[in-house]
Amino acid sequence: MTSLDIFLWIVFPYISMTIFVLGHIYRYNKDQFGWTAKSSQFLEQKRLRFGSTVFHWGIIFVFLGHVGGLLIPKLWFDTIGITDEYYHFGAIWFGGLAGLAVVVGGFFLFLRRVSVKRVVKNSSPSDYVALIMLGIVVLVGFTNTAGYTASGGTFDYRVVIGPWVRELLTFQPSQAMVASMAQAPIGFQLHVTLAFVLFAIWPFTRLVHVFSLPLKYLNRNYVVYRNAKPYGTPKTKTKYDVSSK
Amino acid sequence: MKIKAQFGMVMNLDKCIGCHTCSVTCGNTWTNRPGTEYMYWNNVETKPGMGYPKRWEDNDERKGGWQVKNGKLELKAGGKASKLLNIFYNKDLVQIDDYYEPWTYDYEHLINSPEKEHQPVARPVSQLTGEYMDITWGPNWEDDLAGVHETGKQDPNMRNLDEQIKFEFEETFMMYLPRICEHCQNPSCVSSCPSGAMYKREEDGIVLVDQDTCRSWRFCMTGCPYKKVYFNWKTHKAEKCTFCFPRIETGQPTICSETCVGRLRYIGIVLYDADKVLEAASVPDEKDLYEAQLGTFLDPYDPEIQKEALKQGIPADWIEAAQKSPVYKMAVEQRIALPLHPEYRTMPMVWYVPPLSPFMNAMGGQVNTLDPNVIFPTINQFRIPIDYLASLFTAGDSDVIRKVLQKLVAMRTYMRYKELNKEFDRSILTEAGMTEETAEEMYQLSAIAKYEDRYVIPKSHREDAGDMHLRQGTAGFDFMEACRSCMGGSPQDADPLSYYESGFWRELDENAPKGF
Repeated sequence: MTSLDIFLWIVFPYISMTIFVLGHIYRYNKDQFGWTAKSSQFLEQKRLRFGSTVFHWGIIFVFLGHVGGLLIPKLWFDTIGITDEYYHFGAIWFGGLAGLAVVVGGFFLFLRRVSVKRVVKNSSPSDYVALIMLGIVVLVGFTNTAGYTASGGTFDYRVVIGPWVRELLTFQPSQAMVASMAQAPIGFQLHVTLAFVLFAIWPFTRLVHVFSLPLKYLNRNYVVYRNAKPYGTPKTKTKYDVSSK
Repeated sequence: MKIKAQFGMVMNLDKCIGCHTCSVTCGNTWTNRPGTEYMYWNNVETKPGMGYPKRWEDNDERKGGWQVKNGKLELKAGGKASKLLNIFYNKDLVQIDDYYEPWTYDYEHLINSPEKEHQPVARPVSQLTGEYMDITWGPNWEDDLAGVHETGKQDPNMRNLDEQIKFEFEETFMMYLPRICEHCQNPSCVSSCPSGAMYKREEDGIVLVDQDTCRSWRFCMTGCPYKKVYFNWKTHKAEKCTFCFPRIETGQPTICSETCVGRLRYIGIVLYDADKVLEAASVPDEKDLYEAQLGTFLDPYDPEIQKEALKQGIPADWIEAAQKSPVYKMAVEQRIALPLHPEYRTMPMVWYVPPLSPFMNAMGGQVNTLDPNVIFPTINQFRIPIDYLASLFTAGDSDVIRKVLQKLVAMRTYMRYKELNKEFDRSILTEAGMTEETAEEMYQLSAIAKYEDRYVIPKSHREDAGDMHLRQGTAGFDFMEACRSCMGGSPQDADPLSYYESGFWRELDENAPKGF
């Protein structure tokens, strides 16, 4: 195990995750105003329609696939009777399809961003960085699924990358897993490392809107009232009451 | 009973001369920033016409407001789950081109141009792309019926007219319609906002966008049937008319009202029962919505209401203001003001006195009689068709319009006879449901229209407010720039588009007191 291995598979991921967490906390506290999805639909929507819809739905399923593949131990799948064959069939076809949606949708969004004048003029450097970085990670990941696993690659990320990620997240990195990460095919190594680069820039781009998915809306009263002087309640250091209708 | 106070406005359309002073002063006060060039929180439309944005009243397409489905009130554009499923692409969104592509002119060229055979001209430059553009639509493209022979037929109000109106010179008609945010009792924009960034102020009913909480989901723009929530394409946040709350809180009228040349705007509060709003907005027949909304208003003279209002924390001076309120007088007591498009079921709070117009009669000259049977039928021959007004203000109920116009005509006739010291036959007043006192009162309020009668604005009781520091940034536009060039400070940017680059916002937002 070289020091480069330790850096790539322990030090750098932790640096990235630290930036990810602290960056979000910092930005949330300091830049509520900038924390938006930065929608450009108002300026151009014909070309946004396909790209945005396909990309976003694709990436939701890609995310769920990663949760299933990395955070849920292989043992769990084995126990409920999902064999390796079944799992890989699902991973390749559903994962591949979702990945394809992300690649195609993302490509349309990229073309739109660089060719529609109104959108180009209204894009910040961070928009390009986020889009390109995300694109590279996705392309490498998709190549792994479509070009390696689907064409008979034998590397099982569920026994290497999965446990390694879980060890990282539980702050128990082991030499054994670092060593096997160092042996993983280059495509997977690249995908993982680039993903951690993406996580490190994430809090400083528009990608923060992922954490603003407004699920609260589902069980909220339609009309929101805010009260400058809550009737009958003493002055307290609370935020606005969002009282019911 | 849950008593709430609500600011409202009445616009007396009889007096509007379409000068756009309201739009200009509003623009200078609120929307002279990059990203807001195209916005007119207050705009004046010439009707008939497509409007601003184009065909905003075509609600089958625009999907604003509410509808009753299976007896239940639901957002027309879709409920909560459907909104979240369509959050990546809002298929009903209005585009900036429906308002217009904002432009400026290449003024520099007038000065820098080398000597040429012809005079240099300042060509229009798009503020979205910075490139030269041809102007094909603008905020007042249809001013004073310009091009109405083309666009007038696309006015959604025209489809409700029985007779086919021809846009020929002899037969055409027009009126002005100044519009601001309606600050509805049942706001569909607030209800459409998934982030909870839009809110209605409990104490005075003003609807605002919390700029810090807005996440750019843009459903509010579709949700508002009046298309009065705008998208700042620079900041990616929703913005809208604030009812000039900083002025209102100190007892001053909104800037559009203050500067109105025709003095046609009235501001006051009404007390209403919030528990009745849902029921009133859900009545099955659209034509009942006007009466249903009036039914939510409470009588500020009723001692029981006063007692209950005080108990619920409405300040005594606000109850007094509700009694003097011109909005209450014109909408409830005199019944000459009507809500704009009540069929959207948002229960709007900017009401309009419909305009009189010359009648196209065969008699010629003045009708010099007091006989109601002669005078009132002329209303049906007004140049502005009753059905057109009904389409705007009463969901198509032309009887209500006719009654209002009767009152306006009866009041004028009564006052004319009174000024001339002539014998007056009261039957014309009786027929219109008025007495001499009410006619006199209507005259005082609409013709004399003293400043203190037009604006009865109780000051807000900020001394009782909670911790104001925590609320910084939640009520409006504290990020707006002061005049940068006029303070002798830094020179203005050559390119207005560069205002917001390089962390500009972050720097300004340093003080935002938000917890995680």
